[in-house]
Amino acid sequence: MTTTRNARDIVSGYKYGWHDPEFKPINEVRKGLDRDVVAQISALKNEPQWMRDFRLRALEIFESKPMPTGFWGGNIGNYPLDFQDIYYYVKPVEKQGRTWEEVPQEIKRTFDRLGIPEAERKFLAGVGAQYDSEVVYHKIREDLDKLGVVFVDMDTGLREHEDIVRQHFGSIVPPADNKFAALNSAVWSGGSFVYVPEGVHVDIPLQAYFRINTENMGQFERTLIIAEPGSYVHYVEGCTAPTYSSDSLHSAVVEIIVKRGARVRYTTIQNWSTNVYNLVTKRAAAYQDAVMEWVDGNLGSKLTMKYPSVFLMEPGAHGEILSLAFAGPGQHQDAGGKVVHVAPNTTSTIVSKSISKGGGRTSYRGLLKVYEGAKNAKSTVRCDALLLDPDSRSDTYPVMEIDEEQVTVGHEATVSKVGEEQLFYLQSRGIDETEATKMIVNGFVEPIVKELPMEYAIELNRLIELQMEGSVG
Amino acid sequence: MTENGAVLRIEDLHVAVDGKQIVNGLSLAVPAGEVHAIMGPNGSGKSTLANALMGHPRYQVSAGHIYLKGEEISALSPDERARKGLFLAMQYPTSIPGVTMVNFLRAALKAVRGQDIPVREFRQRLQEALALLKMDESFARRYLNEGFSGGEKKRAEVLQMTLLRPSMAVMDETDSGLDIDALRTVAEGINALRGPEMGILLITHYQRILNYVTPDRVHVLYKGRIVRSGGKELASELEAKGYDWITSSLDSEESEDA
Repeated sequence: MTTTRNARDIVSGYKYGWHDPEFKPINEVRKGLDRDVVAQISALKNEPQWMRDFRLRALEIFESKPMPTGFWGGNIGNYPLDFQDIYYYVKPVEKQGRTWEEVPQEIKRTFDRLGIPEAERKFLAGVGAQYDSEVVYHKIREDLDKLGVVFVDMDTGLREHEDIVRQHFGSIVPPADNKFAALNSAVWSGGSFVYVPEGVHVDIPLQAYFRINTENMGQFERTLIIAEPGSYVHYVEGCTAPTYSSDSLHSAVVEIIVKRGARVRYTTIQNWSTNVYNLVTKRAAAYQDAVMEWVDGNLGSKLTMKYPSVFLMEPGAHGEILSLAFAGPGQHQDAGGKVVHVAPNTTSTIVSKSISKGGGRTSYRGLLKVYEGAKNAKSTVRCDALLLDPDSRSDTYPVMEIDEEQVTVGHEATVSKVGEEQLFYLQSRGIDETEATKMIVNGFVEPIVKELPMEYAIELNRLIELQMEGSVG
Repeated sequence: MTENGAVLRIEDLHVAVDGKQIVNGLSLAVPAGEVHAIMGPNGSGKSTLANALMGHPRYQVSAGHIYLKGEEISALSPDERARKGLFLAMQYPTSIPGVTMVNFLRAALKAVRGQDIPVREFRQRLQEALALLKMDESFARRYLNEGFSGGEKKRAEVLQMTLLRPSMAVMDETDSGLDIDALRTVAEGINALRGPEMGILLITHYQRILNYVTPDRVHVLYKGRIVRSGGKELASELEAKGYDWITSSLDSEESEDA
């Protein structure tokens, strides 16, 4: 046996909960968090002084900020999250692979089991694979490389494109934004740096895959995407982790700049094991006539707090957030989205669909803000929750701050139970109860799933099916 | 007539809803190849009977038997009953967002046949059924009953019946809320399905659908019991004289008993 499976996974139906006990990190910084740890991470990475200073300043901000207890968050303070019981940096390999053969056997085996190399061959323009703190494999299709598209891990981005990174890093999500953004800014490692030159359309998706292997691990990837005018890119991220009895922490920051007439779609299929805290800040700025789309699927983790945001900075910008959350036993998906209309003639849509089962809890948290002067801003928000049993829970916390009179705003929210009548209807046509419930759930999420490329739609449906089958209430 | 000749046989059926007794000792047999109509005023127990036959969990059979092709089914789940050949065209079909008609119909067909149906055969049968019911092909791509008009819902029920080919169909007020053209189309659909193997129980408040679908027998349901049975002429008589014609005499008998 080179990998182990966990009894909890067999009960819950989680298929990615194995870990690789043969894995020996090249380097790890001792457990816990302080100036030394942060300085060591920076030193191991040979970073320029400004980044080291940035990290240390962020650490101070992190330490000075209380845990978020106010409106934004799923009451993280109620969870026994101990920042000193976490490894902040675990380096898996000496050198990043440009081919899968260059990736150490035991790590490659993990990604094989997750189907990443196969997906890369079949339908991806580029792949980055992060294992604990570092990206172990990175590659982009040659033709895109020639067009000047950059898709590298963030550390490489910093080394090879320092000026661009320095200009934009922390400009959309500054360290002081919130406690976890500060934490990420202090200890970030890995993630993606994506640069799409003017007018270039990356026609098939780039994918990043994040895997945690080490117990009590914190993964803090940092992603920066810059889409120059008139360009297009679809970035997809997936993530899984082993199931451990102790907790892991994943706290990412994603910053996206969508320039005039460009379009960026960012799709997440989050499937962490149920011992992972997933506390992520994602934000995009969209300029004139630009389009930013978040497709955010949250199925795994113990607690997720994530509200992808779009700032509509110039006229004609459009933001779209599609959020899908599934909470099973012991899970709390605290998800949603934020849209800020800064400029006139900007439009946005938020659609949230959440499913709770077996005592799981979902919350929709949304912000719609329209600045004074953002005339003719249009926004629609729709959130639907589906409860599969009486033990489960769903809450909606929408906030609207509208400081302009000339706006069109629509908001609609529904909570429904898988109805007796719907089940009876399907069953009266010969379909058994399990299959009928699946059909109702699949129908419920269909408006979001149909937005995904086929391969991901299939994957998402499969994950939902697994979650439906796992653990009886 | 032999026991095996009846597709559906109901014996002394009692049904309660939320603790309230609605059907009180109903007996009825529908032989293969026949169409029986059940008529009755509001509140007589028509829909309760329909739902209890299909096994709706809120309708409790407290006594009596339901036999489908000779087999007692009153303890079976709705899906088991459907797989044994029972079908209920519902009075108020519920909508299921996100599930397309075409996917639903394939799943249902697979379930009742016990195996998948080849795509080509499915498509052909679906097209034929849509044409029969004068439904546009775009219908198949819509979500199940979502945003359907009253008439569209009823047609969709008959469409399902046409595709699933049950041995016993119970139709709960399929005629209600239909304009005359839609009524004619739905009736044509039912007539096209009639055959020597199949039984149909047509539950209705009004006689008018029976102008298009000629019943072999007509039963009058009142206070959860069949109080009168006869040939098709009974329906016309009811239409002319109203339910009072039967019910008032029954009510006076009842008060005399008391």
